[in-house]
Amino acid sequence: MENVIPLNLLPLGKSARVKKLVCDGNIRRRLLDLGLISNTVIEALQKSPSGDPTAYHIRGTVIALRSEEASKILVESSQV
Amino acid sequence: MGLTVQSTGTSVLNDNFTIKKSTPDELVIALAGNPNVGKSTVFNSLTGLKQHTGNWPGKTVTNAQGRYNYNDKTFILIDLPGTYSLMANSVEEEIARDFVCFGNPDTTIVVTDATCLERNLNLVFQTLEITRNVVVCLNLMDEAKRKKIKINLKELSRSLGIPVIPTNARSNQGLNDLMDTAYKISTGTLEVNPLKVTYDEHIENAIEMIQPLVHKIINGRLDSRWVSLKLLDGDRAILNSIEKHLCINLLEDNELKRMLWQALDYLSENGIKREEFRDSIVTSIVRLAEDICRRCVIFENKQYNATDRKIDRILTSKVFGIPIMLGLLAVIFWLTITGANYPSELIAKFLFWIEDCLTSFFMWAGAPKWLHDVLVMGMYHTLAWVVSVMLPPMAIFFPLFTLLEDLGYLPRVAFNLDNFFKKACSHGKQALTMCMGFGCNAAGIIGCRIIDSPRERLIATITNNFVPCNGRFPLLITISSIFIGGVIADGAYQSLLSTLTLTAVVLIGIITTFAVSRILSKTILKGVPSSFTLELPPYRKPQIGRIIIRSIIDRTLFVLGRAVSVAAPAGIIIWLMANIQINDISLLSHCAGFLDPFARLIGLDGYILMAFILGLPANEIVIPIIIMSYMSSSTMIELDSLQALRDLLVSNGWTWLTGVCVMLFSLMHFPCGTTLWTIRKETQSIKWTLISFIVPTLTGIILCFIIANAVRLMGLV
Repeated sequence: MENVIPLNLLPLGKSARVKKLVCDGNIRRRLLDLGLISNTVIEALQKSPSGDPTAYHIRGTVIALRSEEASKILVESSQV
Repeated sequence: MGLTVQSTGTSVLNDNFTIKKSTPDELVIALAGNPNVGKSTVFNSLTGLKQHTGNWPGKTVTNAQGRYNYNDKTFILIDLPGTYSLMANSVEEEIARDFVCFGNPDTTIVVTDATCLERNLNLVFQTLEITRNVVVCLNLMDEAKRKKIKINLKELSRSLGIPVIPTNARSNQGLNDLMDTAYKISTGTLEVNPLKVTYDEHIENAIEMIQPLVHKIINGRLDSRWVSLKLLDGDRAILNSIEKHLCINLLEDNELKRMLWQALDYLSENGIKREEFRDSIVTSIVRLAEDICRRCVIFENKQYNATDRKIDRILTSKVFGIPIMLGLLAVIFWLTITGANYPSELIAKFLFWIEDCLTSFFMWAGAPKWLHDVLVMGMYHTLAWVVSVMLPPMAIFFPLFTLLEDLGYLPRVAFNLDNFFKKACSHGKQALTMCMGFGCNAAGIIGCRIIDSPRERLIATITNNFVPCNGRFPLLITISSIFIGGVIADGAYQSLLSTLTLTAVVLIGIITTFAVSRILSKTILKGVPSSFTLELPPYRKPQIGRIIIRSIIDRTLFVLGRAVSVAAPAGIIIWLMANIQINDISLLSHCAGFLDPFARLIGLDGYILMAFILGLPANEIVIPIIIMSYMSSSTMIELDSLQALRDLLVSNGWTWLTGVCVMLFSLMHFPCGTTLWTIRKETQSIKWTLISFIVPTLTGIILCFIIANAVRLMGLV
């Protein structure tokens, strides 16, 4: 069951697998440096008090991403 | 926060990589690593240098260097900026990479975090592509043990083909092994056989097409496989660096140029264009790291981060996040104000007792009166004042602030505040540079290098001065405690009210930062916010003893030393200004009289404005100058208590409005000399230095003008 959504729509507490990065240039490099290659498992942990950015669990570290960046990461949220 | 000689800019190495060896057989060791892996702690433990460490990403923004001796050799250790990669996506990455490439280190130590080895291996592999002589320092082993993470060191070392040394730099464990291994690699007594990342078949073929030609030109001075990879990647920065450091322009070689085009055509025929190339390379590296960690790391407790998450859920929660943040700030201020009161009086009594002794000594020695007046009444008096007012609050404030830093709370502040920065069209990491500003604005401005986008870096630079540095805290604390608190309330409420005032002042500074950032973003620095990623590192158990020593030595004494060295000559100058008479009126009064009409408009008086102007070398001396000028124009009083100071100010016409305006103007006026000089150095531009001078000054004048006149119109004073 395919269920591809941008990462910023992933509910808190849920995990998903990275499918695609829809950006290029510097942002893409930054995200790749964090190890966000396809099939990387990523978990939405919590939002900052004002609702943005959101903290994600990525490869053993906690990284905060603004919704602008997170929306450029497409994830598959089924069966993780 | 990096209040070291290095970070305040007196010895910055990154402009060129010349390392001063005192003898030719000294060995150079580069220290690389991800941010927040305890790299600076390793550096400090090895060299004994007091570089300040903090539990948040992006501490080291310049290359610090220190020395240590091991086995009859002297090692020069270079602390590179913390980076996740060496692909030169940011200034720090470029500095780190260029040093590994062109600084000719005999060995490179890559410090890694044992609790998240997988991501750290990325940097290890990238370093191994540039140089063979690498040691992995697996730091934070105690944290890993606590989180029940087991690492098979033998297997890891075998897989990587280089030595892996487990350490706990904070308790000095394993550092001897590390030094020993670095020694053996540097002297060639330990053979390494580093693992090279194998890329996609087509990329490997393309590398093969150009590598022989690259090898011929580079001639062993750099790894030709790695240079080939960078050529295919279209990395212009490294080409420029090669030209700068090795004086070779690779693309001048026509044969290489032809082959490179051919290789690039070959790649694009096989569906690998520029973006795919980078993706493919990173994917290969990440997969390899994954593979090695699967074999070498066992997580016995899958929920090893559960506690951190629980704390985060409270400290950054929607309801409590911001109140807790302000509460912590207020608690720190309260402890500082109430705690500093008594020791301040004690020190003042002691130092002024010495002053009396000095006077007696001068009289006994029969020294001329003017000499006594200049040295004792001018220089010593100012010094005594600076020390007694500044030392106690700093000795309380800094350890407390460092404690928060060590715990890992500061990135959470950035996380909590990021949305405001986004609305101000600036960078979330500006919160971190502001935190550094609490220590020293000059350090905060150097810290702005952690912001990649030049536009956002400038905004952070210009607005950094709205955070009161420790040079201005004593003024704020003094005025708010003895004046605002003292005039309005009595007794028990006094310290509470002072705390609230101080917190409010800092809050006003923060709000002004947002407002001015936004105005700048809409006017002279137009643009949209750039990408933003922020690591929230694990909470760490703070090392109380180390914190106290570090914050006292690094910050308190450093800042006090600077203040004293500025205050001493300033004391003499001001004494002279107060005592040289023209037409029976002192020089100081002439100047103050000239400034007075304008100063009154913004709720100050001529002497206060004069003090701010004379305080340009260092904000610490503003209060002493005000006092000296008042005292020289009135009868001498013994200034041995805070009560006496309050009386002095009130007798010179201060109202609560004057107190408010002085605090606001202290918060918002031109940066101190050191900071301006740092801005000039960092921006390489006189224009932006001038703007950094004008923006806060204008803001302060406008705000004070509005407040002073509104209050006067309403008849509240």
